[in-house]
Amino acid sequence: MRVGLFVACLTDTVFPETGRAAVRLLRRLGCTVVYPQEQTCCGQAHHTSGYRREASGLAARFAEVFDGCELVVTPSASCAAMVRDHYPALAAREPRIARAPRTLELTEFLVDVLGVTDVGASFPHRVAYHPACQALRSLRTGDRPLRLLREVRGLELVELPGAEDCCGFGGAFAWKNADTSVAMVADKVRRIGGSGAEVVCSDDDACLMQIGGALSRLRGGVRAVHLAEILAETASAPAGRPARTRR
Amino acid sequence: MSPQTGPGLPWARLLRAGARRGAGPDGAAPGPPRFADAARDALADTDARRSRAAAAEARRTAAARGRAAEDDWEGLRRRAADVRARSLDDLERLLVAFEKNATAAGARVHWARDAAEAGRVVARILGPGAGAVARSSSATLGELRIDEALRGGGAEVRPAAVADLIAEARGDGGGAPRGHDRARARAALAGALPGASAELPADPGALVGAARDYLREVLLEARASLTGANALVAETGGVAVMESEGNVRLGAAAPRTLVTVAGIDKVVPAWSDLAVLARAWSRSATGAPMPPVLSTWSGAVPGDGPQEVHVVLVDAGRTRALADRTGRQALRCIRCTACMDVCPVYERTGDGPYGAVHTGPIGAALVPQLRGTRAAREASLPFASTLCGACGQVCPVGVDIPAVLLELRARVVDERRAAPVPPPEGVAAQSAEWVMSDERRYRKAQRAWERWARVAARGGRIRRLPGLLGRWTEARDLPAPPRRSFRDWWTGGGSAEGR
Repeated sequence: MRVGLFVACLTDTVFPETGRAAVRLLRRLGCTVVYPQEQTCCGQAHHTSGYRREASGLAARFAEVFDGCELVVTPSASCAAMVRDHYPALAAREPRIARAPRTLELTEFLVDVLGVTDVGASFPHRVAYHPACQALRSLRTGDRPLRLLREVRGLELVELPGAEDCCGFGGAFAWKNADTSVAMVADKVRRIGGSGAEVVCSDDDACLMQIGGALSRLRGGVRAVHLAEILAETASAPAGRPARTRR
Repeated sequence: MSPQTGPGLPWARLLRAGARRGAGPDGAAPGPPRFADAARDALADTDARRSRAAAAEARRTAAARGRAAEDDWEGLRRRAADVRARSLDDLERLLVAFEKNATAAGARVHWARDAAEAGRVVARILGPGAGAVARSSSATLGELRIDEALRGGGAEVRPAAVADLIAEARGDGGGAPRGHDRARARAALAGALPGASAELPADPGALVGAARDYLREVLLEARASLTGANALVAETGGVAVMESEGNVRLGAAAPRTLVTVAGIDKVVPAWSDLAVLARAWSRSATGAPMPPVLSTWSGAVPGDGPQEVHVVLVDAGRTRALADRTGRQALRCIRCTACMDVCPVYERTGDGPYGAVHTGPIGAALVPQLRGTRAAREASLPFASTLCGACGQVCPVGVDIPAVLLELRARVVDERRAAPVPPPEGVAAQSAEWVMSDERRYRKAQRAWERWARVAARGGRIRRLPGLLGRWTEARDLPAPPRRSFRDWWTGGGSAEGR
């Protein structure tokens, strides 16, 4: 199967391992990954900050860049939600946006399109899962990420109290309302610490930047990794390389 | 370029220029503090945060249980949303019908354009030397500051609800405390009850008993009673109030004069519509199938109850909100508090930083529409949300609060664009779009960031970012830049790796 890959600007620049893991995983499952190199940003950051005009420009660009793809997969829940939930409204004023292809978040693609939950991964660690708000409430990915994680060899899924509470990132919110944002992630980090997890994972690098950034500052002793990195690991993976730590 | 000066990109310099704390987004004149600044103080009150979190958890659980107990919650929710949407679409006709039917039932209907006019109308109704006026708990009365208008005219306004007694004793005027902060509320209540003070035990039962005795006295002694309304029913000119304590029930029966002040958005066509709203409200507020007390009246009945019944219909920004297709849905709100109980921002900051009676997610969506977004505080409210979506999911009348907030953000940004000197944030956003619109420019900016970040990083992490970006690193690290970006990996062989 041939899929277009969208790698969010944040992933590309700060967490490239997420994109690489997605490529490894998709190829292992028999997909041909197409990465149009003109891609930059879906426009989400502008859109949530109120810069609708700029967001529309970037959305139109996204639609053009991925024009040749039938299906786009991205390891960023919030970008997938931007394309699916917000592009249609923007397209009312900028018709080029309507040409954006169907865009799925990685776990949706794996479970719904490829029909797999066991991706042959091995990750012998205690793992807590924090769902991105857009995965939970916009895309409604539901238990797909958990079903994938449960099939990973050696992985012990620990319960994370208040898992569905927002981590406090919220795009520009993390800067405009930095104190409240930090108060939110402080509670998140406290609960991760209490869960006994060695690793906390999510389906969006923005949440992981927030949670991982706070864990790092506090020397929290828990790694924040993207779900894709866990699913890409196999028992025979390249020299047992550990998933990249978001220090 | 050096790490001391930060990235050399034009927008980075602008970000730095905009980092002066306290200045408005456009360097606006000082006014009431923006949400973020007021939140800083609120967050420092750890006791209040703890009790708010506990109260929100309890209310969330109760409401979730109530929704689960409903046979067809989503169906009820759709009906309730439909009632409110239809009412707002047909507002003019319904208001005229309400006025006609309420007048026929023996009430007098008054109209007020704004808070000041509402205050004058109520003062005129009560007349000089109004004496003791019992004021029920009502967001609209608080929003319009009716108390202040009456006190200026010499009336003695006495709160007739436990929560308002506490709020008044604590001197925080605005919204009533909602179950949280119990220890302080108890102390405040003991102080607020005349003649109770020192001997009163801290036992909640005894406090409630004393409060009940006191409130009965207030309601029975008052010559006039002031209430808000949960709904106005057009078909008969009726007023409906939902409550848990029953103060309005006595307040609407005992005093000689009964004055109800309500926003024009409160009207619904028929009693059958009210039944839908009452059920949706109750499930969302307490989880129970019906409100504990639901009082209704329409006009004066000779020889029984209040002999003078007034309804003051107030605009105060409602027609302005109605004009916006997306924004108007915020006026559907039936004040159940479900959105506040699930909001992670509100749970941490409480009411204070919203600077209004309407707080929480719906306050952030409604207040900027009622008051406009010219002032820095109102302009900051739509941004006081992570857009996590929890509020929109529970709203019993289907208000897509995140969508309204997004709409208002766009409005604030567009207003600021028109400023003679473009705000730094706007210039940065436009430059960022320019960079992102071209792969080569994007790559160049990415490389500039990588070069700078490599110098700034220590031990694999960046602990300090310059300017406005530095708000991130006040309490969070950023990872050092990777050896190469994803696209560099792809072009450097990743496109073929493993094939």
